Amino acid sequence: MSDILDKRLVFVTGKGGVGKTTVAAALGLVASRAGKRTIVCEVAQQERMSHVFRREGVGYEEKRLDTDLYAISIDPERSIEEYLRTQIKPTALYTLLFDNRLFQYFAAATPGMRELVTIGKVWELAQFERRNPDAAPFDLVIVDAPSTGHGLGFLATPRTFRDAARVGPISRQAGKIDAFITDPGSTGVVAVALPEEMPVNETVEFERLLADEMGMDVDAVVVNALLPARFDEGEAEQIEQAAAANGSPGVEAALKAALFEHRRAHTQRAELDRLTKELGRAPLTLPFLFEPDLDLRSFDELSHELETQL
Amino acid sequence: MSVARLIERKEIVICAGAGGVGKTTTAAAIALGMAQRGLKVAVLTIDPARRLANSLGLPELGNEERQVEIDGSGELWAMMLDAKRTFDDLIEKHAPDERTRDAVLSNRIYQELSNAVAGSQEYMAMEKLYELQQEERYDLLVLDTPPSRNALDFLDAPERLSRFVDSRSLQLFLRPGRIGLKVFGRGTGMLFSVLKGVTGVDLLQDLSDFFASFGDMAEGFRDRAARTGELLADSGTTFLLVTSPRRAAIDEAIFFHRRLRERKLPFGGVVVNRMSTLAVHEDEVDVTELQALLGKRLGRKVASNLADYDAIATRDRENVDRLARDLDEGTPPILVPHLEDDVHDISGLLEMNEYLFAAEAVPAPG
Repeated sequence: MSDILDKRLVFVTGKGGVGKTTVAAALGLVASRAGKRTIVCEVAQQERMSHVFRREGVGYEEKRLDTDLYAISIDPERSIEEYLRTQIKPTALYTLLFDNRLFQYFAAATPGMRELVTIGKVWELAQFERRNPDAAPFDLVIVDAPSTGHGLGFLATPRTFRDAARVGPISRQAGKIDAFITDPGSTGVVAVALPEEMPVNETVEFERLLADEMGMDVDAVVVNALLPARFDEGEAEQIEQAAAANGSPGVEAALKAALFEHRRAHTQRAELDRLTKELGRAPLTLPFLFEPDLDLRSFDELSHELETQL
Repeated sequence: MSVARLIERKEIVICAGAGGVGKTTTAAAIALGMAQRGLKVAVLTIDPARRLANSLGLPELGNEERQVEIDGSGELWAMMLDAKRTFDDLIEKHAPDERTRDAVLSNRIYQELSNAVAGSQEYMAMEKLYELQQEERYDLLVLDTPPSRNALDFLDAPERLSRFVDSRSLQLFLRPGRIGLKVFGRGTGMLFSVLKGVTGVDLLQDLSDFFASFGDMAEGFRDRAARTGELLADSGTTFLLVTSPRRAAIDEAIFFHRRLRERKLPFGGVVVNRMSTLAVHEDEVDVTELQALLGKRLGRKVASNLADYDAIATRDRENVDRLARDLDEGTPPILVPHLEDDVHDISGLLEMNEYLFAAEAVPAPG
């Protein structure tokens, strides 16, 4: 896991709703505390920006959240524009092309173009030599990537374009990006799961597909929202006996909630064990936070949890 | 409120919502429930976890419907949508001749990226739905919408795809002959050579061929897309929003509802999965009473567990209230509590249906 922080680029992926943004942000905090100049990227595509990012005023510009911690929300249109600006000289030609309605239409209709320019921007952020010579380089770029189904296609986009274009500048650049993201020295992948049946299956499946189709490894698996094991079996039995007797409605509800918690925690641990067995290694875990709404402070708490597991 | 009332006399139910809120499970549970009430139902699902697929009798990806054994008077059929194959079938259907068909199917852009063609997964789901509706073999079709990056993608999919294949202007752009020059001015020829410099000739050629062969099928696609779009707005169709009580999912549901309204699409109701519910608040519980029952230490632990659950239940309640206020629809959301076990088989679906098809409200957990 500590290796993860030594990469230049880390993709955080997982099934929808498992907490990718949370893990990406927590990882960003760990890295920035370790003195790495870090940026967390939200791959907006067509999705609306995550609540926390929006509240922190993150947009397409690199926005500083904390010492050595930055965030950006990558917009495909802006990325195309930025890319073409560096490709086409003089500026007059660039303007001619970009302002053309048909070109806009063409760029939007070309399959995979949005993904390609998005991943191209991510790659650019991870280079020591930035497109904009005044832009300072980052030590680590963390990407809050699309969910696993899409995630694999997302990572494969540069390779697809490299092969489809065969020769020419796009093929060359797509090849460069592909080489970078498939180089384990440069790029890492973190898979986020919940301790539940379907996310566990999907994580195992994702690891297999990533190896088969991209020749890449999952560097770390993070199991998110793990309930505390508050009660041992003896205590659970005691609670069950108490629940069998007639109590006040309040006491009854409290006992029910305790038993519910115990059984869910038990199911979660069974799933965690199954995942450990299937992966052949123990995943990292983050606790479920009993808080109304996660914010930067909760990310901070989670980041310390991650740090101790390094 | 029972989901059966929300979808009464409907022929198509579309389950929509953010990723990870239990759309697939909800669609399967509703289909099962309606089949048990005597209807012949088909559920179209996309990429469910394997065990749910198994429990529905779908061992592998297949575009064919399969019957699922159930107790009850109706029939339950299920299918897993294969977007790529549906797309291929559609090309077969619309291609004016074999040459065009082969040109598209063998085009490298199509082969490598057809899954990425402007919302093709979403469009294919709609396409399959239309096909099944036309065949009139079922009383009810339940569609689980794709795990889209954007829950709304599929609303736009028919129009987007028809715009996409209607690529005469793109052809002009990519092959600016004399007509192109006349229509778009002399700049276009220069644009083309600039673009060629950026993309490389091969890629541009493939793209050009790709758009050109699609252009030949534009009319068929456009007709079909228009009719699919009409089907969405039909009074026999209804949209159910599926959400979890978490803020992000609720935000998405509110946004989606707004879009449905803007487009005058039929809204049926909301299903909220994984509700945390408590019969009491923590301050109504006497810790000393718990401690008398369980001893000092365990009593305190049970009390603090209750306090944590109270916080989550309060949050869930507030989020759902916010949703109901914002929707202002009169029909209260159907609440499915957080179940002890993850739902991944028929018995899990049946447990969900105690709430989906319940007369009223949700009991406490446990």
